Formats: sequence, C-alpha cells, structure tokens
Amino acid sequence: MSEMSEMERQLLSGNSAIALAALHAGVRLGTGYPGTPSTEILEAFAQLGGHAQWAPNEKVALEVGIGAAFTGARALVTMKHVGLNVAADPLFSVAHTGVTGALVVVSADDPGMASSQNEQDNRRYAVAAAVPMLEPSDSQEAYDFTLAAIEISERWKIPVLLRVTTRVCHTQAPVRPRPPGSPPPPPHFEHDLAGRNLIPSNARPAHRRLRQKLAELAEWSETTPLNHVLPGDPKLGIITSGVSFMHAREAVPGASFLKLGFTHPLPLKKIAAFAAGVERCLVLEENDPYLADAVRAAGVVVESKPEPFRFGELNVDRVRRILAGNLSPEPALPPGRPPELCDGCSHHVVFQALRDLDCIVAGDIGCYALGVLPPYKAMDSCVCMGSSIGIGLGLRHVLPPAEARRVVSVIGDSTFVHSGLTGLAEMIYNPPPTGHVVVILDNSTTAMTGHQEHPGTGRTLEHAPTGKVVYEDVARAMGIPDVRVCPLGKDSAVFQELLQEVLASERLVLIVARRPCVLVAKNIRAYDQCARAAEGVTP
Amino acid sequence: MRAGRGGGDAMNPVINIVIAGLGGQGVIKASDILSVAAFQSGQDVKKSEIHGMSQRGGSVTSDVRYGPQVLSPMVPPGEADFLVVLDPDQVAVNRGRLRAGGVLIAPDLVDAASLANRKSHNVALLGALSTHLALSEAAWRAALHACLPEKLRAVNEQAFAAGRRAAATPQTTP
Repeated sequence: MSEMSEMERQLLSGNSAIALAALHAGVRLGTGYPGTPSTEILEAFAQLGGHAQWAPNEKVALEVGIGAAFTGARALVTMKHVGLNVAADPLFSVAHTGVTGALVVVSADDPGMASSQNEQDNRRYAVAAAVPMLEPSDSQEAYDFTLAAIEISERWKIPVLLRVTTRVCHTQAPVRPRPPGSPPPPPHFEHDLAGRNLIPSNARPAHRRLRQKLAELAEWSETTPLNHVLPGDPKLGIITSGVSFMHAREAVPGASFLKLGFTHPLPLKKIAAFAAGVERCLVLEENDPYLADAVRAAGVVVESKPEPFRFGELNVDRVRRILAGNLSPEPALPPGRPPELCDGCSHHVVFQALRDLDCIVAGDIGCYALGVLPPYKAMDSCVCMGSSIGIGLGLRHVLPPAEARRVVSVIGDSTFVHSGLTGLAEMIYNPPPTGHVVVILDNSTTAMTGHQEHPGTGRTLEHAPTGKVVYEDVARAMGIPDVRVCPLGKDSAVFQELLQEVLASERLVLIVARRPCVLVAKNIRAYDQCARAAEGVTP
Repeated sequence: MRAGRGGGDAMNPVINIVIAGLGGQGVIKASDILSVAAFQSGQDVKKSEIHGMSQRGGSVTSDVRYGPQVLSPMVPPGEADFLVVLDPDQVAVNRGRLRAGGVLIAPDLVDAASLANRKSHNVALLGALSTHLALSEAAWRAALHACLPEKLRAVNEQAFAAGRRAAATPQTTP
C-alpha cells in the first residue's frame, strides 16, 4: 500500500526530488553545508528518514562523503556553487582515486545571484576536476538524474557532479517516482593502498585511469537517452541544457532541440550531427558559454547568446530576444524592497557601535552582511566565507597605525566554524603591530540560509543534542590572549564600551557577542527543553 | 478568459498567476496552497520563487503556472493572467507583470482587520482569486488542509470564504 502511494505523483521542489531519489537509491549518508539554493536537500532527506548531517564546511562534507563512498556505500554531498570552491581540493583528488560505492556531489549554482556573492558557473569544475556531470531541468529530472548519477558513479567508480540551478532547486513541479532499484550491498572495507594513496607513484597511473574513464564516458554520452533530440522544424535547432531548455521550448515550441542532460563529457558527435541537420543552430545556456565554447572547439559552427545575456538568469522573454538578435534595453525588474535586519536582531547593537566608533570593518557572509546597507553602512568588505579575519589582518599590517587601530573583523558563528579557525591561527602566528579585534556575532544558528544548526550550536541537523564547539574555549586554547564574552542586550552602550576598550588595548582580542537570532530563540528554547527532558528520563 | 495567453495556446492553455508581497506576509504559503489546489486537480504545475535574502523583510514574488503542460517555471514579463498582491506598496511595482486585460486582486479587496486572524489575509485573497479559476472547491479545501496545521485550518477556511464573498461583491471604482 505505502509502496503504491509512493509511486503516485508528488508536487516537489527540485531539492526535495533529489532527496527522495537519494532515499529511494539507499543513500547511506547525506552531508553538506547550508547554502542557498541547496539547503533544503539535506533537510528533506532527513525528514524522509535518511541519514543527513551538516558538516562545518563543504570541504569536510566532501571528505566525509569520500570516506563513505570508499566502503561501497552511496553518499550524497550538497553545497551551493561557492561551496565547491571550498571543496575543490578533495574533489580534484577523489576524481583520481575514484570511489568504491557512489559519490554524488550536488553543486547548486545561482545565476542572477538571488542570494550569492558571485555568479560562477560550476560546469567549469566538471572539466577542471575531470568528473562526469548531469544537469536536470525540472523536478522530475532532478529525481531521475540523481538516480542516474548514482548509477554512473558506481559503474565507472567515479564521483559525479549533479549541477542544478536556483530555478531547478526551488521550483515545485510534479514528480513521479520510479519503482525502487536494487539496494547497494552493505558497506565493508577493502584495502586499496595503490588506488587511494595519491603519492606521485600512485597518482600518475591514477590520472591515466581517470582519463580512460572519461574516454569511455564520452562514448557513453553519445548514446545515453540523457542526451536526446526532440525533432522539429529543421530551420532552427537549439542545443541546450538545464532550465534553459524549458524557457527555449516555451519560446519556440516548434524548433528542433538537442536537449543535453549529461553535459560532461559532451556528446560531440551527436552535437555535430544535430548542427549539420538544421539551417540555423543556436547554443542556449545561462551564464558562461560552457557548451558554446566546447562545441566550437570541436569545429562545429553554432550561434550563441550575445554577451549581455551572460549576466543573470534566462527566461522566456530573454530567449526570444536572443533568437531575434534584439539587444535593446531589457525591461527593468520591479524595484523590490531591499532586505533589512529584522526588528530586534542582535546585529543592530553591534553595527550601531561599529558605525559610531567609525571602525573599518572587514565583514563576512551572513545576515550581518546587511550591515552594509542603511542605516548603518558599517561594513567595508564581504568577500567569501571566513575572509573577514584574513582581510582584517591584511589591513592592519599595512595601514598607518592611526587607521590600523580602527580595523575590526566581524564574522558570524556558523561562518566562524566554517572558515574562521584558520584565520585565528594566522592572527596568533602573524600578529599586526597594533593587535587586532575579531567579533564573532553568535546568534546560535546559521540564520541567513534559514536557521540550520552547526557545530557551535551543539545540535544536529535534526536539532538533537550533540557535541558543541565553544568559541571562547577554542580561542583561548589556540592562544588568543584576550577573549571576552559579551551578551548583547537591546542597548548598544555595553558593547560599544567594550569595543572601545579592546581597540585601545592593541592586543589580539576575540569578542563573542552573543544573543540568539530573534526568529529562532523560541525554537532553541524548545530544543533545549526537549534535550533536558530526554536526559531526565534516560538513566 | 480562462485560456491564459501567456505560456499557453488553444491546445495548451496555461494559467499564469503572480503573488507578490513582503517577507512574512504569506506570499509563499499562498502560492503553496494555490499550486497544491492545481496539482490536486490533475494539472501540470510549476511554482517558482526566489528564497534567501527575501526572508529579511524584502519584497517576495511567487509565480504559479498550471495547465496541461508547463515549461518555463517563471511567468514571462507582462503575461500574468492574475496578479495577487498582499501589500499596498507592492501593487504599483508589480502591475507590469499583468497582461492586458489581466486581473488584479489588490490587498484592499479584503480588509485584514475584518478577519478573525489578520495573518490569514493571504488566504482571503486566494479566496477572491478562486472565483476566477476553474479549480474545484474540493481541490481548494484539500490544498488548505495539506498546507496548514490543523489549528489554523478553521480560521483560514473562514478567510477563504470571506475572500470569495468579497470578490462576488461589485467593487466601486473611484
């Protein structure tokens, strides 16, 4: 009965569809770091009963996934596009070692930067790291391609990149699940010293093995139904992938299409044959000319989008413009009201002090990036996760002392665990002459992405109690000479006084400015109560 | 009038609805209910919005499209058949999303203060929208049931009914 109902149509986001496929494929472990638009994959996987956990950052997540996949288990690792920069080191090398089970890495790109600091196109990573890649265009394909990615990973013993974008992740659409396939064998360990130890003498043959796998995959790419032709009017042929396919199919339903679902290695023979069979051939894709460059490098003559369409998402209107060669100014989007710090947010107190003391603020990634907007305008940089500490130190090292003394690094709690610890090591190892002040804005959650737990909250992805990283203890143990904990109230005076004092001291100082996010304070109290109750009944 | 021009044609009539408001006003919840109602009616559906920064009080819009087959997840500019707006300040900025002859469901159609719970204003406006759509009452009820916790169902069903009544009352135009 339950199996029957599972096969019924469900209305799912792409993220939930990935989670459902992972469950149906018997994925043993899902791990990742929250980041829009990828966050809901692991949350949905946990809700469905899968084993999902947040890692401190994407690099650690991928390493945990590699460990799982070395045992024959199936593993899923999720992140936003910039997360793959952090996880790039293990990605490139696990391509060389290969895996025993399945390893699927989800990269959720954000064309148009709805909630990101850059617009990088992670399809480039598939080429650079030499891993196969799939690009679903809707929720059904998110489900189907996750299953396909697992099959490919196991068949070729290679990690697979599942590249999705904001509109695929967050669009809800019907999904019809498949009957479950065969479950993987139970995990067990077999030594493979030469295969998994990438010392140069092993890595050289590993690279050759990897290129051999890619050569086989390039052949497979020519025949897999993941890449297929939708015949239409031979006057116009469109080569496309991901959500761009949907926009194009709507804009010109009668055209011929080569829809690419498996986009690395590309089916270059199929592409050449398709292009030869149509009068006008257009490659249509968001962001970088990844497909167009590869197709042209193979000697196939195609049109591609003009440069202005490299920026932002595509939509039906933009596809019509590309087809018509219309470069006239596009209609401006409605001037949405910008986001702002919530009423009662503890960050208000901190940014008021930073503004009033005229600090030079190296900021970081999180809600507190809103400190750059009015009324505070009190943040001078926001570059990447954890960058506040290094950038603050760099500023301190070279600025004249009068200016250097005003530099403060501001970093959120989740961001600190993600990439701030190595910044502290740098601060202790290479202290600037004027000292430095780091403020951890500890609101006890990963707020910006929708309130995920992290190692500093002491609660698991599913909010159950677990081990906890205590920043003040870590900082003291690492050798920071002056560590302060400042509970934040509604009034900025106490924090401002403390900040003034430590800036004047010219020491290395870490302040933990603490108050739970106003949106989750109630939930946190409930989790804690739950935990205490559980302790009470468990002997 | 039901055969939306936007994403569809005579063979594939797609209804395009845009719901707009500010973070916290229930834009996403309203679009969830609408898309589930269409889904329960056996339609192809796509519902799309941007998450993330919008959670911090910024403007939020959600696009819902349904019909025999929906391709692009976003309602193309100027092709919405219906525009439902939850905040008075968001009417002017989003009006351009409507096609010529499209229907605006404005926030003042239902006075939030007249509802048992002001927070169900989003559902009241859905009630008004429902009078223009060929989705069954059973589908709407099932959607409200699926998308709301039990304790909020009664108050939202009342709000939905209030919206339907408001839409049925002729509006005086200034």
